[in-house]
Amino acid sequence: MANDGGAKLSKNLLRMKFMQRGLDAEVKKQLDEEEKRIISDEHWFLDLPELKAKENHIIEERSFVPCEDLVYGRMSFKGFNPDVEKLMLLMNAPREEEDEEEEDESMNKMETDITDEEMAKRYQSLVESMRKKFAKKRDRSAVSNKEDVNCNVTDDIRPKRAFMKPQD
Amino acid sequence: MDSSVHTSLLERIGDVVLPGDLLFSFSPPEAGDANPKADRLICGPGLRRSGAEIRVCRAGVLKHKQPNMYWVNCQQRRYVPAKGESVIGIVTAKSGDVFKVDVGGSEQASLSYLAFEGATKRNRPNVQVGDLVFGQFTIANKDMEPELVCIDSCGRANGMGVFGGDGLLFKVSLGLVRRLLAPQSDLVSDLEKMFPCEMVVGMNGRVWVKARTVQHTLILSNLLEACENMSTAQRHTLFRRVADGGI
Repeated sequence: MANDGGAKLSKNLLRMKFMQRGLDAEVKKQLDEEEKRIISDEHWFLDLPELKAKENHIIEERSFVPCEDLVYGRMSFKGFNPDVEKLMLLMNAPREEEDEEEEDESMNKMETDITDEEMAKRYQSLVESMRKKFAKKRDRSAVSNKEDVNCNVTDDIRPKRAFMKPQD
Repeated sequence: MDSSVHTSLLERIGDVVLPGDLLFSFSPPEAGDANPKADRLICGPGLRRSGAEIRVCRAGVLKHKQPNMYWVNCQQRRYVPAKGESVIGIVTAKSGDVFKVDVGGSEQASLSYLAFEGATKRNRPNVQVGDLVFGQFTIANKDMEPELVCIDSCGRANGMGVFGGDGLLFKVSLGLVRRLLAPQSDLVSDLEKMFPCEMVVGMNGRVWVKARTVQHTLILSNLLEACENMSTAQRHTLFRRVADGGI
C-alpha cells in the first residue's frame, strides 16, 4: 500500500529552488499567462460608438532607425576583434535573409533545425526517463542494473513474479 | 486616404523642404474602407502632424521608404534621444543603484545596474565613473529623462555594455553617423580595405575607434572626420594615399 502511494514527491520538496529550475519553458509561460489574465480581468473598458471603429491615420515616429534600416553600431574589420565580427554577422543577417527568395528562406529554416544525431540523443534520454518513471519500485533496481540489454530485463522480471507465487 | 496623397508626396521626394512647408492635408476616408492599414502614413523625424495637415519642422531633403514612411534628412550635431537607438554614453555619476550617463542630449540618461547581462544584487557589473557604455534607449520621450539598457529583450548583451580601453572617442555629425550605419555603405566598405580596426558608432554622433597602433588610430579618426565634407572621388584619392603610406 505505502509503496504504491509514494510515487510522487512532496509539495514542499517540489517548491524548492533547485526543483523549479527544471520546469519546462512552456509551464513557465502558462504561469505567466495566468498571472496576466488575473490582472487584465480587473480592468474596465468603455464602448464609445464614435471612436470604436476609428484608427490613427498618421503616426509620428521620432527615430531614424526604422526609416533608414540602420545596421548594428559595433564593427570590426579584417579580424581585429573576432567576437565583434561574429556579432556583425548575427545582427545584420536577418536583413540579408529578407532579400533572398522564399525557397532560400525555407532552406534556411531547414538548416537551423536540430540535426538527426541530436534528435536521436534526446529521444534516447527521453526513453530512459520514461522507463524510469513507469517502473515500479520493485523493478527499479533491476532496470538500473541492466540498462544496456533490454532482453535480459524482460526475462528477469517474469521469473521473479513466478517465483513469488508458490510461497504465498 | 487615396493614392493621390502618396502621389502628391512622391512628387516632392528629393526636394529641399523648409520649416513651415505644408506637405498635404487630407480628409478622413469614408467608413468601410477595404484596406485601412495601407492608408496609414508614418511621419518620420522632421515632419509633424497638425490636425489634418502634415508640416515640415526641419530644413532638409524629403525622403521616402516604401510603402508609407516619409522623413526629412537634415544635418545637425545636437542629439535628441529617441527610443530604440543605440548610443555611446559616458558614465558621469553613480548614485545608489543608478548610473548617470551623458549621451549628449539635453539631459543625462539613467542606467540601472540591473540592465547589464547577468547582473543581480550580488553580482554587480564593474562600472566606474568615466567608463564608456554602448546601450540602447528603452524610454526616451519629452516628458521624462531617458533610460538606457545594455541588454536586449531576451536578456543578452549582444555587444552592449562597458567597452573601451586603448581606443579613441571623437564626435561627428549625425548625418555622417547615418551614412556610416546605412546598409551597403560605401564609406564603410572603403574603410574595410585599409587595415584591421574596430569601431563603435553611436547614433548620438560619437564614434570610438581602435587599431593596432596609435598612428593607425589617429589616421582612422582623421579620415572619418574629413570624409564628411568630401566627394566620392576625393575620398578615394585620400584613401589611396593612406594605403600607399603617403600620410
